[in-house]
Amino acid sequence: MRHIISLLMENESGGLSRVAGLFSARGYNIESLTVAPTEDATLSRMTIVTKGSEDVIEQIIKQLNKLVDVVKVLDLTEGSHIERELMLVKVRASGKDREEMKRMADIFRGRIIDVADMTYTIELTGTGSKLDAFLEALDDGAILETVRTGASGIGRGDRILKV
Amino acid sequence: MELTGAEIVVNCLAEEGVEFVFGYPGGAVLNIYDAIFKQNKFKHVLVRHEQAAVHAADAFSRASGKVGVALVTSGPGVTNAVTGIATAYMDSIPVVIISGQVPTPAIGLDAFQEVDAVGVTRPCVKHNFLVKDVKDLAATIKKAFHIAATGRPGPVLVDIPKDVTAHKTEFVYPDSVSMRSYNPVLKGHAGQVKKAAQMLLEAKRPMIYTGGGVILGNASEQVTELAKLLHFPCTNTLMGLGGYPASDRQFLGMPGMHGTYEANMAMQHSDVLLAVGARFDDRVIGNPAHFAREQRRIIHIDVDPSSISKRVKVDVPIVGDVKQVLDELLKLLKASKEKPDEPALNTWWTQIELWRSRNCLKYNRESEIIKPQYVVEKLWEATKGDAFVTSDVGQHQMWAAQFYKFDKPRRWINSGGLGTMGVGLPYAMGVQLAHPDAQVACVTGESSIQMCIQELSTCKQYRLPVKIVNLNNRYMGMVRQWQEFFYGSRYAESYMDSLPDFVKLAESYGHVGMRIEKPADVEAALKEAFSPALKERLVFMDFITDQTENVYPMVEGGKGLSEMILAEEL
Repeated sequence: MRHIISLLMENESGGLSRVAGLFSARGYNIESLTVAPTEDATLSRMTIVTKGSEDVIEQIIKQLNKLVDVVKVLDLTEGSHIERELMLVKVRASGKDREEMKRMADIFRGRIIDVADMTYTIELTGTGSKLDAFLEALDDGAILETVRTGASGIGRGDRILKV
Repeated sequence: MELTGAEIVVNCLAEEGVEFVFGYPGGAVLNIYDAIFKQNKFKHVLVRHEQAAVHAADAFSRASGKVGVALVTSGPGVTNAVTGIATAYMDSIPVVIISGQVPTPAIGLDAFQEVDAVGVTRPCVKHNFLVKDVKDLAATIKKAFHIAATGRPGPVLVDIPKDVTAHKTEFVYPDSVSMRSYNPVLKGHAGQVKKAAQMLLEAKRPMIYTGGGVILGNASEQVTELAKLLHFPCTNTLMGLGGYPASDRQFLGMPGMHGTYEANMAMQHSDVLLAVGARFDDRVIGNPAHFAREQRRIIHIDVDPSSISKRVKVDVPIVGDVKQVLDELLKLLKASKEKPDEPALNTWWTQIELWRSRNCLKYNRESEIIKPQYVVEKLWEATKGDAFVTSDVGQHQMWAAQFYKFDKPRRWINSGGLGTMGVGLPYAMGVQLAHPDAQVACVTGESSIQMCIQELSTCKQYRLPVKIVNLNNRYMGMVRQWQEFFYGSRYAESYMDSLPDFVKLAESYGHVGMRIEKPADVEAALKEAFSPALKERLVFMDFITDQTENVYPMVEGGKGLSEMILAEEL
């Protein structure tokens, strides 16, 4: 099962490598990992998307909690949550494709954020599967470059991850 | 008053009550060594290789319960220390390792003797620090000692660049540590403890299985009291030996790959298993699927939540300090009106005695060649069962664990998790320094001992009267045994050719050497080695033992606990 794990850790050098090292050393899988400081500059928030059986996920959470720098860990997928990922896609946009690309971006509620003679750069936000769907919808030859942030997540309503 | 970083290091160690620092100097730690030269709060022990510094610090901790301290230089100093650090990590031993680092402006520039110490050690420390500012130094060292010793203990490395040891700042040693990210749970969940008590009282075929956590958590008194109160059988893992007195009738011996028949059968066939400070390691329960075939309920007490339900699903997990939890459990059991099921227990004990009557540790006592088991038995007699015994890794380690009956905790010092050959001698040094008047024996083999043999020199310098019991079978015995069983007796590279004359070798370091070739001479040699005449001397006893002796019983890798190979079956 796919799980989204959120964690808060001390914003100190080496934090990311401790988490990444834990996953590689114990053979856990990382689909994506994002990290940035929070509104409290002493804390970093990390979102890790991983896959594994319930036993493996339980171990991952325990092992993350065991890292001395980690303050809190939450499996977002255990409850109601929101997941978002940002993607930037550079597409071929010339001739009649230009209008078609604009339409596609609109359908997926993307925004064109850079315009050049032959290309558009589209910004798209959503769940991972929505971004996948957008790429599917485009003609293979039209995609010049993509970059994705990996998922960020947050609990709904009163589910708050805070120190 | 402002102090240099080096002086701060020395003052912090003094504040922590450190008695011995095991180390080896080098460029990046010269400021620290200069500060050590000018103080007399603690003693520095100069080893002959950094690996031994960490091993000795580790053993000092195992034998004393205090935090061990090692000091090494940058680059090769750190990489040499890694084996020692990983050894301590696998067995959860609190050690603080201080390593020198190249000056901060040189970090990342491939400077002379530079290695990313924090990166290299990350997978084998509980935590590590790189101190970039002298103002953070004292607080970091305080944290290092706190993290090493609390919760599930482990090694912590503090990497200090050379310029930081020269910079000055006001020295304030914090009284306490508060970390929002690190607060180990010590008190067990009351409801769970209650459930555990009930389950124990209902047991028909109970078994108490305790590991290194009981030794580290100083809970052997509680384990003994619990087993006695309920009249339950008890087994201690390799790391847990001494947790329950081995000479007591309720002790079934060690479980696992080379555990006794009765301990393994009782583990496998128990209906309620109480695991305390143990982690269902692959060498203890064998194949987890086979282990799970028998229906049993498991209570697991451990300070580390990640040890629980890692390899084996448990029914009543209790996270907490083993001593505190056992105290709570004892309180409930003593207050309870219910008593254990006596008829069921009697039937269970009858079954256990039947298993015990297989006498699974028997060996040929008529042999004209020295049997290694015999040497360990005689060692136990010569030391009246009261020595501290260190071992290396291999057959001799298993024989020492099987045949030396440890009645007290912290007496058996070995590398259980990592299985590091070469620990025996440096371990004996650390133990002897922790207990200067105690008898310390190092049970080793001709292959293991050569991995840290240079420490004979350290023993001479500090007059450490360790008694080395070398079970010399001219083979890497355990490798040979596996090759005999599983590789058609093709003894690939396991024969130890061109051995030194250990007697002369010992003598060349200024010690006493003995060679013992006949069973009839074993007892006299041990008596002499432990006699008052040689009390102050290191004695190297080279026992020429049977080359073909194997360790039994044996649970083959991937097999189940009840599928043991016994001596008579071969």
